Amino acid sequence: MVHAVNSGHPGGSLGCTEYFVALYGEILNYKLPFTMEGNGEDLFFLSNGHISPVFYSTLARFGFFPVAELATFRKLNSRLQGHPTTHEGLPGIRVASGSLGQGLSVALGAAQGKKLNGDNSLVYTLQGDGELQEGQNWEAFMYAAAKKVDNIISTIDYNGRQIDGDTDVVLPLGDLHAKLEAFGWLVLEEKNGNDLEAVIAILNKAKSETGNGKPVAILLHTEMGSGVDYMVGSHAWHGKAPNDEQLDTAFKQLYLESPADY
Amino acid sequence: MIVKKIIYHLSTINYKIMKYTYTEKKDTRSGFGAGLAELADTNPNVVALCADLIGSLKMEKFIEKAPERFFQTGIAEANMMGLAAGLTINGKIPFAGTFANFATSRVYDQIRQSIAYSNKNVKIAASHAGVTLGEDGATHQVLEDIGMMKMLPGMTVINPCDYNQTKAATLAAAEHEGPVYLRFGRPVVPVFIPEDMPFEIGKGILLQEGTDVTIVATGHLVWESLLAADELEKEGISCEIINIHTIKPLDEEIILKSVEKTGKLVSAEEHNFLGGLGESIAGVLARRRPTPQEFVAVHDTFGESGTPAELMKKYQIDAEAVVKAVKKIIERTK
Repeated sequence: MVHAVNSGHPGGSLGCTEYFVALYGEILNYKLPFTMEGNGEDLFFLSNGHISPVFYSTLARFGFFPVAELATFRKLNSRLQGHPTTHEGLPGIRVASGSLGQGLSVALGAAQGKKLNGDNSLVYTLQGDGELQEGQNWEAFMYAAAKKVDNIISTIDYNGRQIDGDTDVVLPLGDLHAKLEAFGWLVLEEKNGNDLEAVIAILNKAKSETGNGKPVAILLHTEMGSGVDYMVGSHAWHGKAPNDEQLDTAFKQLYLESPADY
Repeated sequence: MIVKKIIYHLSTINYKIMKYTYTEKKDTRSGFGAGLAELADTNPNVVALCADLIGSLKMEKFIEKAPERFFQTGIAEANMMGLAAGLTINGKIPFAGTFANFATSRVYDQIRQSIAYSNKNVKIAASHAGVTLGEDGATHQVLEDIGMMKMLPGMTVINPCDYNQTKAATLAAAEHEGPVYLRFGRPVVPVFIPEDMPFEIGKGILLQEGTDVTIVATGHLVWESLLAADELEKEGISCEIINIHTIKPLDEEIILKSVEKTGKLVSAEEHNFLGGLGESIAGVLARRRPTPQEFVAVHDTFGESGTPAELMKKYQIDAEAVVKAVKKIIERTK
């Protein structure tokens, strides 16, 4: 998708693939066709909207819209905008994201709305670790614990990288686990964020911890560019599209058919 | 100075030849509070949020009636806007209240992405707008908010002129599908709009017919324009006064119909002349019927500490300023 339009964010997308497959394949209680309200369903909000490629791919393959539509990613008049939005009515999206730090707030509003409606479904969010440098996240973390929003599970894509380098070089996040606990959250951590079984297990564990008066966070250790050797181990692939030769190599490593057949 | 006039009674009240008067002064923010309190009873989907300014936003009555539908966010306006957006997903109609500067400039990107671009049915209740906020000074006196909000696609922008109109606007905002920016003020001001005057989003109100000049005013400047018109009448100048409460979408037709008659226009608002009602009108006129226009507005400065009356005088957004502007436009178009 990213290669076809020579723009987009492949690194983070590959790193979060297992999370998305686990979420939509095993964990999330959702209904089709998609409705904005999602009454009686679990909701998901992507806060680090730039990893739209994996979000769109997941939604398409789990039946929210036709797989063929993925080819329109980032193209003019497409429903698959560069960053996710509700604006073109793409099923599966409930808020626009891309400008970082806003998704958790929206998710909390939806979570509290569910409680008002007596709906005991859950709300899930995914946020980037670099994204946590945005202050609004911490307003939201503070609020969630203070108001005992315990039907929310926030997952942090803990890959240690951002555009200008490693997060430890750009702006160290410090002890994220301790910080979130100090903010009143129940914090789980999974070191193997690119192991599908492990991701399913941690999400199930998080589910079991909801409803106990504390919001739940998962620090999910992932590798940007997971599965493609020239993308792993570097922040360079945050927002760069692979060329033809690179694409070929990536496909081989991900055990996929050739790009031409895809 | 209280202006006492006789109200003409007709079989149906003709607002255009009515003489406006008042017996009490109330703050427009109380009109919001009253509207919100009524919604607590009449619309179970309405919820409210506030960022540590319950008293200022007059939300106490709503909270008393529906405490489970109120969300205190603390001093965290960015989070508040996101929460409001999220609440709409479950079908709630959130009114998110704080001072107008905190409700706009502080959280512009949050409103832009999570509300406007995501088409969320959030009603932003923005109090203490403009210089009439008073002694707190320029850090709090926002004069750019109408500009910022009108530039967001899909945002409806309303600046009501008195307690009754603000209450009506609040009720109308709850019925409206789509995000709304509702802007009102701190000080007590004359209550002169009849309680039963119909309020329709996007529809201007012809308050007074005249022949020599069109005055289009919003918010606190509507009463000032009525005062100015009384003064000008003594000098034989006949003013037509239009109340625009909805700056976006703007009622172009009522304005065009009037300038066809008068050929000149004075706009009046408690806002920077850049990006406010006046510029919206100028845009319409330039496109459809070029007409000379004078702007009663703050001329691209920040405010300062003072009493509302002192500030309106110093920043030339009072009746005297409207009178001057009308005389100037008549001179210009001789």
